[in-house]
Amino acid sequence: MAAIRIIPRLDIKGPNLIKGIHLEGLRVVGDPHAFALQYYEQGADELVFMDIVASLYQRNNLSDIIARAADQIYVPLTVGGGIRSLDDVHTMLRCGADKVAINTAAIRRPELITEVARRYGAQCMVLSIEAKQVGPGRWEAYIDNGREKTGRDVVQWAREAVSLGAGEILLTSVDREGTRKGYDIELVSHVCAAVNVPVIASGGFASAQQLPELAATGCTGASMADALHWKRSTVTDIKREAAALGLEVRQ
Amino acid sequence: MTAVTVLDYGIGNLLNVVRALEHCGGSVQVVASAPRRLDGHVVLPGVGAFADAMAEIKARGFDQAVLSHVEAGRPFLGICVGMQVMFEFGEEFGQTPGLGLVPGRVVAIPACGSDGKPHRIPLVAWRSLHPVPGGHPWAGSVLRRIQPGAQAYFVHSYTGQPLQQVHALAQASYDGVPICAAVQSGSAVGCQFHPEKSGLTGLTLLRTFLEN
Repeated sequence: MAAIRIIPRLDIKGPNLIKGIHLEGLRVVGDPHAFALQYYEQGADELVFMDIVASLYQRNNLSDIIARAADQIYVPLTVGGGIRSLDDVHTMLRCGADKVAINTAAIRRPELITEVARRYGAQCMVLSIEAKQVGPGRWEAYIDNGREKTGRDVVQWAREAVSLGAGEILLTSVDREGTRKGYDIELVSHVCAAVNVPVIASGGFASAQQLPELAATGCTGASMADALHWKRSTVTDIKREAAALGLEVRQ
Repeated sequence: MTAVTVLDYGIGNLLNVVRALEHCGGSVQVVASAPRRLDGHVVLPGVGAFADAMAEIKARGFDQAVLSHVEAGRPFLGICVGMQVMFEFGEEFGQTPGLGLVPGRVVAIPACGSDGKPHRIPLVAWRSLHPVPGGHPWAGSVLRRIQPGAQAYFVHSYTGQPLQQVHALAQASYDGVPICAAVQSGSAVGCQFHPEKSGLTGLTLLRTFLEN
């Protein structure tokens, strides 16, 4: 039986939990801690917090939010958005993060991946990839929250990052994000086939119905934001449906 | 409130361990080098490499302090790499001696499942905990309030192999590969998984540990 982790994703702007479509048209949803606690109590296996404006404005205010959000939550937290250095990683871990997700800074200076993995362990160093399809079976890596293209092939970059020490990949489809059209299974499948570390899929979650297809790619984590924040579904419902579909989920 | 000392050897995130222990009724002090004598309950957390952990543990005098503490029958809990160093040897970079509380060694998780197909490393997953046939019983242990089959959060690339079944407290499975989930030797308990990150199951374990 394939196992899948259900991982709510909370995008943070300032003190607020926000959500948007294709990362434009941001809307405030509410208090990050309140939502995080609710997802934890509903059985979330892990949580991902992303500061979505940090790298744009060259600052990171996530530490206070994480310290508060991590309070009373006893499952793993991954934090990302504007993490640029070992000092930033240290700050996040001291606030309660278990893992850090790094995109922009890693593409600009891949040695950072090795530095983080050596100091804190590969399991702490999650490579965050934002992928946009540019042709059949090909995706380009984007940085700065899907704003800037890099010319890097996603599959090749994933392979390189893992060889440098990344212990996990958080793979977001820029095309599917906020659309509720389902995960980009082809994208996930290509990346899972290329690396031997765990992969978390993000972007486009529509329903638990697609989770067996997702798990069949070798992906072991499913992240979603929209469906939960706007209360179209609950973590409890998603896990129950996933179990009914034959997937191994923590009950 | 139960007095508990968390050993800080500069590796890993202590905050979550401290918070979870406090939530479970612990009055926590964190020490960065061995006091003259350890007292009460002692917790050794940690993530990362066995060799790095042992180097820091020894540099701070925690090795001797822990050995004396356990020899006197006082409660000790090792978490993740803190459990792995309880073994005699770690084999990540050659052979590194551990604390030797549990006969056996720590080896890489096999790259393939029992079906011969490669699986992902590190193991990052919730896995079910089960008693070990012929192993240390759950009755009277930190697991006594936990139901067999309850899940805990694992994140690791290396796994302990106790030489004596009697030290094996709990096991899990990863694609048919047995994973040593917990060990016990005298008053020393070790968990490969992270009780501070395993929701209610983990908190129950910590609460029970603090009561012992």
